Amino acid sequence: MSSDLQDQDFTDELEHDEELWNPGHRACAGCGPALAMKYITEAAGENTIISQPTGCMEVVSTPYPESSWGTSYIHNIFENGASVASGIEAAYKAFDRRDPDHLDVQDSDDLNIIAVGGDGATADIGIRALSGMMERGHDVLYIMYDNEAYMNTGVQRSSQTPFGASTTTSPAGDESIGNDTNKKDMTSIAADHGVEYVATASISNPHDFKQKVEKALEIDGPKFLHVYSPCPVGWSYESSKTVELAELAVETGLFPVFEMEDGEITSVNKISDRKPVREWLEKQGRFKHLFDGEEPSEEAIEELQTWIDERAEDLGLDA
Amino acid sequence: MAKAEQNPSEEQKVMKGTSAVARGVMAANPDVVSAYPITPQTGVVEKLSDLVADGELDSEFIKVDSEFNAASTCIGASAAGARAFSATSSQGLKLMSEPLFTAAGMRLPIVMAVANRSLSAPLSIWADHTDAFAERDGGMMQFHAEDVQEAIDHVLMGFRVAEQVNLPVLSNFDGFILTHVQEPADIPTEEEVSEFLPPRDPEYTLDPSDPKTMGAFARPEHWTEARYEIQRAMEESKDVWAKTVEEFKEIFGRDYTEYNGMLDTYHGDADYRLVALGSMCGTIRKVIDEYRAEGVDVGLIRPRVHRPFPTEELREALGDAEAVGVLTKEMSPGYESALAGEIKGTLYHAENQPPIKSFVVGMAGRDITASDIGAMIEETMEASAPMAFDEQESWPQLREELLADGGD
Amino acid sequence: MSESEDPYENLTITTGAVVEPNTSRVNKTGSWRQFKPVINVDACIACGQCDTYCPDQAAKPVEGEDYYGFDLDYCKGCGICEEVCPTDAIDMIREEK
Repeated sequence: MSSDLQDQDFTDELEHDEELWNPGHRACAGCGPALAMKYITEAAGENTIISQPTGCMEVVSTPYPESSWGTSYIHNIFENGASVASGIEAAYKAFDRRDPDHLDVQDSDDLNIIAVGGDGATADIGIRALSGMMERGHDVLYIMYDNEAYMNTGVQRSSQTPFGASTTTSPAGDESIGNDTNKKDMTSIAADHGVEYVATASISNPHDFKQKVEKALEIDGPKFLHVYSPCPVGWSYESSKTVELAELAVETGLFPVFEMEDGEITSVNKISDRKPVREWLEKQGRFKHLFDGEEPSEEAIEELQTWIDERAEDLGLDA
Repeated sequence: MAKAEQNPSEEQKVMKGTSAVARGVMAANPDVVSAYPITPQTGVVEKLSDLVADGELDSEFIKVDSEFNAASTCIGASAAGARAFSATSSQGLKLMSEPLFTAAGMRLPIVMAVANRSLSAPLSIWADHTDAFAERDGGMMQFHAEDVQEAIDHVLMGFRVAEQVNLPVLSNFDGFILTHVQEPADIPTEEEVSEFLPPRDPEYTLDPSDPKTMGAFARPEHWTEARYEIQRAMEESKDVWAKTVEEFKEIFGRDYTEYNGMLDTYHGDADYRLVALGSMCGTIRKVIDEYRAEGVDVGLIRPRVHRPFPTEELREALGDAEAVGVLTKEMSPGYESALAGEIKGTLYHAENQPPIKSFVVGMAGRDITASDIGAMIEETMEASAPMAFDEQESWPQLREELLADGGD
Repeated sequence: MSESEDPYENLTITTGAVVEPNTSRVNKTGSWRQFKPVINVDACIACGQCDTYCPDQAAKPVEGEDYYGFDLDYCKGCGICEEVCPTDAIDMIREEK
């Protein structure tokens, strides 16, 4: 490699303007959730309060006294991102009504309150807080960034870990094909709470994701978004492949992209020539035990494929 | 000692303890109330719901899914700049424990009424102080009320001090004994309270006009200092509390100023001094009267505030006693009751160390009778140092015949 | 490129450890990098895909030019930009330090 390329450096000729998700955060190289945070802040803008439960994105963004956030931001604990957001929303309702001149607070009409949690903090330990937030009808957008395991603590299995994935608590072994459950369907759970707008999105399509964030923020009441965000460390793939793997999850139907309004599916990102899930699996170290040629592995791949096919049919995913 | 009159005066109303506390909360005019039902606290939540439903109180009332999220929503509301209130008991307080410790660390002045009740197992709905003591080390200020009037007033004074020192408050009052009693009490009006309690003026809010990041994690080089600030705030709160009880007396006439508002005494210079928290002190006073009539010099020292701990005040109030008897409704299995241990620790470097006997009584609502108290007075009078560990504390109400092998 | 002094020498802990926004830029994550992205300025069509998909806000238009460059203060060298570039204008090269 020529030395002039080694010396190429435009650092001082670039501008960071108005970023609300700032560089200097400590997310791993190629982090999918870090992309989700970028898109959320770009779509929501500065008139936003973010409530974030404990997890990777909290830890990488807020080592005291630093913050990567340009918006208002609060982290409390692992299982209450949704209820902290509920409390903030209730406070602003009270402020609106009472017009406290001692507090310099704005009208809640122009304010976005967003809770952003990982899959564990949302679908597992935080589901009580989320259920309460949705059921009571708080004007909060909840976004679950899904990297399919507890990555912050070292890749333990969550209810969003796909079938067959080897994690540190669902390791593959002579008596184990890895995780033995399919992903819990959070969109149906949200929709069954009567949430008006529920959607999925992938970091591989930021335009679509940001549009959904913007659309959700126009709606009064609770909203739920599930955004797919691959983790190079936890899934064991090269950091450059994050967008590709997110896209492949969509193209195989492992992660269908759709919208639900008032409990009905109103739009589906149709897929022509849906790829077999095998193409997505074989690119990740967490599934490598499925490709060692032995008998139970084929069954496991088939089981995951069947689950995907059935969901695809329910959703009308195939073009 | 400001005690409620037996017959209500014109300003006083007779109502259930929980309703009276709710009326007091209304006068503090919180922006957000978030609470979940649990016996024996439920009446507070129900009454506040009624007040909101009838338009008498325009707080946002969040009908939460759990005590866990009652505390969590209060944290969100308080961080946004709101005055937030909740109430709970026992298991509910346990469920709040995790967020409450963070409320202290994030310096959010949430005020809670805690209707004290035992902790499971076995399940029991009846009063003792094991719930409050289990949260002792979280950084929440803790007060204990002897009667309904104090339960009301402690909540109001709690807001006043909490919002100055930025710490949460647990205002304890005994389940059933105070929550379900019909007692005459002065219910402060919103006008009176607004003179005493100005609107909350937080240093930081979450408003996007001045964005902040709250709840950052701290590395080892900063954590100790961040958490030590709670200790400093607790120390500072003693002065603030002393001023608060003075201001309260000026506006409302009720005098809680003894020992800087930390202790309340009854014949506090007697030879033999009992120490106890909360409602059992009503019975203790009557028994003290009987013993004094027979020439026994016995008195009562009642901590009104348990956190911050009234260290200097207790040294002064107990140091020259012949002997001290600590009557407490909590236990610390494997050692001795926490209150007894704390009082001994307090006196260790004081000039004098009177002998101390402690008594675990009134657990899970077991009645503390006059004769129980008489027996404990007599045992306290016998106390002399040194004592073996198993002589220090006893369970005078224990029914040994119910224990396996008769307790052997 | 990287600062060696402790930026928090004179820190005073705020009430509740509240933090000012936009303050993580002091942390120059470029030091993590093993591979560095380089751009062929002639092949770059300034589509901005690298910027869109950079988790570290490190791919930006170069001021006054019609191509993109990389902020080496923050680029962690993940290589996503190379993958998403539609004209193969970006190469990841092992960085000589």
